[in-house]
Amino acid sequence: MSLGAYVEGVGVLGPGLPDWREAARIFRDPGAYRPTASEVPAPSILPVAERRRTGRVVRLALAVALDAIRGAGIDPAQLPSVFASSGGDGANCHEICTALAEPPRELSPTRFTNSVHNLVAGYWSIAVGAMRPSQTLCAYDASFAAGLLEALVGVAIEREPVLLVGYDAPYPQPLHATRPIAAEFGVALVLAPRPTARSIARIDASIAAGEAQILDDAPLEALRRGAPAARSLPLLAALALGMPRVTTVEYLDSDGLRVQVSPCD
Amino acid sequence: MDPTPCAPLVLAAFTATSGIGVGNAATLASLRTQRGGLRPCDFDGADVPTWVGAVDAAGAQPLPPEWHRYDCRNNRLAELALGQDGLLERVRAAAGRHGRQRIGVFLGTSTSGILETERAYRRREPADGALPPDFDYRGTHNAFSTVDYLRGRCGLAGPAATVCAACASSAKVFAVARRMIAADVIDAALVGGVDSLCLTTLYGFHSLQLLAPGPCRPFDAARDGLSIGEAAAFALLERAPSSLDPDAVLLLGTGESSDAHHMSTPHPEGLGARIAIERALGDARLDAQAIDYLNLHGTGTPSNDRAESRAVLATCGASVPCSSTKGATGHTLGAAGALEAVLSSLCLGAGLLPAGLGTAQVDAALGVNYLTGNRPAPLRRVLSNSFGFGGANCCLVLGTAG
Repeated sequence: MSLGAYVEGVGVLGPGLPDWREAARIFRDPGAYRPTASEVPAPSILPVAERRRTGRVVRLALAVALDAIRGAGIDPAQLPSVFASSGGDGANCHEICTALAEPPRELSPTRFTNSVHNLVAGYWSIAVGAMRPSQTLCAYDASFAAGLLEALVGVAIEREPVLLVGYDAPYPQPLHATRPIAAEFGVALVLAPRPTARSIARIDASIAAGEAQILDDAPLEALRRGAPAARSLPLLAALALGMPRVTTVEYLDSDGLRVQVSPCD
Repeated sequence: MDPTPCAPLVLAAFTATSGIGVGNAATLASLRTQRGGLRPCDFDGADVPTWVGAVDAAGAQPLPPEWHRYDCRNNRLAELALGQDGLLERVRAAAGRHGRQRIGVFLGTSTSGILETERAYRRREPADGALPPDFDYRGTHNAFSTVDYLRGRCGLAGPAATVCAACASSAKVFAVARRMIAADVIDAALVGGVDSLCLTTLYGFHSLQLLAPGPCRPFDAARDGLSIGEAAAFALLERAPSSLDPDAVLLLGTGESSDAHHMSTPHPEGLGARIAIERALGDARLDAQAIDYLNLHGTGTPSNDRAESRAVLATCGASVPCSSTKGATGHTLGAAGALEAVLSSLCLGAGLLPAGLGTAQVDAALGVNYLTGNRPAPLRRVLSNSFGFGGANCCLVLGTAG
């Protein structure tokens, strides 16, 4: 089993990685990475009423999706989408559990609406008018690889481009102590069945026993381990280098998602 | 390039546990006798004026000791359902046939084991606010918990994920598994949905003023909201062999769409629902006239039932017999898609058009052929609708092999 697709656009946002353009430059320059704070932009593509209801994790995910769409030059309304996250909006979850811990146990409608794990898929579809099918997946630390697999299956079966978005953000305390996600991180890929003038690389993925690739740069490796969506970093680094390369993204148990990256000229 | 056609899959085994029964025999008996499972809410000290469809046996269901870290109401409910209708044995036998790495696990849920976290927040350390040391986030709260548990419990090692699309979650798992089998990533999949009662959904739907004060009355002229239920339902999906028992149930088509309209309110004309129904029929290569019964999403809220009726009229017309089994089970949220797929499969086997319980006066303005009493009928093709927050829509077409 091997699933192939062309990477048409990439989005990224995390500490010291403000967008794909800058991130790609950093990946090509060993030692250049500094984990400084990155700004999460307000989602100007959402109607004002919806924009007000979004928390940071939604804004993060929408920002990386737009970053990838910009590169791909595809109308986002036409794209089926796959979202992958371990925990959805953890800050909102903390507020709900706090409010329910003692009377009067009142929730606001927005708190509850934002508690669904597929909240980003909902806001994204409203923002860009996408009525195409959308999946939201969770596989704990393997969430990004599960999303990548689902997106590649979608490309293979539906024979059309798919948007993949992975995102995670830290829980506040006390949940943070039980699920220590270290940083906000978002990643997005537009994957297509055929090459175009914009194609960055072809990727071919298969499930194989094997450890995930560890990054040489210590701060980047800390980021990779710090957020499930950041398990994508070895793949992003390989895409940035522009050379043929094989990398392994963390998946379930002792399996990895082995990805062969073949740059397009 | 055209999409790769997905071949029909057989539901090689299936089971349902909800407020109307633990396992298929009890569930079918309730459907046949029109026995509902709703009662006034007395769950976990919730002070919410509403009715619920609870699975009482779930609370005391033990997990095997080696799986202790997964112990929570949601996984107890999953374990209870796994033990019915020989499902665990059938899944393990399939692992022997195909290889444990060739069987996927895809389950839907909306709130997973968040009840454990709600309870842990009531027991925070006074000094520093920490959660109690016996709280296990990964084993209980995280959305992947039940998939992780059942994958291990069944001895499987293939691809796995929890599919989260609120109340469309466990309909979508059928579509996810079907594509993955078509792409030859796996040969079979354990799919289903598990969702259990918790304060988040009780108080959350209460805040949206979507809870009925009494038992829900889907498609009734005086409908006034939904009743929350809990359920676990599973199916083992495999490629359909060339020769099949005529009573075998097949997954013939799936259709998905997004509303792109509002986070918690359906598109008023049911536009997204309509697209999902059309895609499911197209995928199954069936005309709407071929559908013998439509299991509605039918939550009982004024807006859902109105929007859904528009979508049904636009795609299937006014004559197709339809009902919402949520009048019996309550709205089991992330488990509803799989529960209603299994209820539809049971009705296919029994030749039963099931009544929509709780509905006294069908809303004539909705214009659909809503069943308020059971009717025997030979059934070959059934459509099941599931819609969720975030505008997620998924429809399934199920049918008999013969």
